Amino acid sequence: MTQRGGVTAIDGAIALIAILLVIQMWLLTATLESYLAGHTEPILPATIISAILLGACGGLFFFIRRIDADVRSKEEGY
Amino acid sequence: MKKVPIDERPLWRDEFSIQSATEKYVARRQFAKFLVLTSLGMFIGNLWILVRSWFVAKPQFLPQRISTITDIKVGGVKLFSYPTADDPCIMIRTASDTLVAYSQKCTHLSCAVYFAQQQGRLECPCHEGYFSVEDGSVLQGPPPRPLPRVMLKRQGNEIFATGVEA
Repeated sequence: MTQRGGVTAIDGAIALIAILLVIQMWLLTATLESYLAGHTEPILPATIISAILLGACGGLFFFIRRIDADVRSKEEGY
Repeated sequence: MKKVPIDERPLWRDEFSIQSATEKYVARRQFAKFLVLTSLGMFIGNLWILVRSWFVAKPQFLPQRISTITDIKVGGVKLFSYPTADDPCIMIRTASDTLVAYSQKCTHLSCAVYFAQQQGRLECPCHEGYFSVEDGSVLQGPPPRPLPRVMLKRQGNEIFATGVEA
């Protein structure tokens, strides 16, 4: 992968992480709202979905690290 | 740029190992790490709410005498605290035989609501949130939830609070 292609891929991954983060932020506020209203049923499903979103963010982060390592290995020797 | 084998590189290349061409990768990687840590923080927040909902004991609602019915005229209000001193409540006598009571904390930002007799509703002075007297539902404004209703029980002329509906 070229350096420019690597930067583009990383930028795309960061944009995806940001979108997932916004969803997670909404989920947290909705869960808190529900808890304060005395409705505890949605809390467990919301926590599971939050964990899935965290896993997706983590996966994208490792993708970024892999791209970074790929580009760096090609640049070795300079 | 000419490729130089690793073992022939000058010392400064090892000491300043981040090259300008790849510096943007480091900045992006750090930003991505920050975002993922924020995501972890959100998850921990959700987890904290879950644990709290499991382990924090639900409040006990013991019956508490509020007043006698003759203390409040029709259209009048009585302020009281229930179930604890930190829970201000408001009771309204809407008709000769009808009493309703709600938590006085606005569900938006906990300002004290008051009974607007002319308009026949509960109003929050902070951000113009209005609640219905019949069921505490939100009529207007930023409050996201209805006012919690205080359950009342009448024994003769005495009025007791017996619980709070979420």
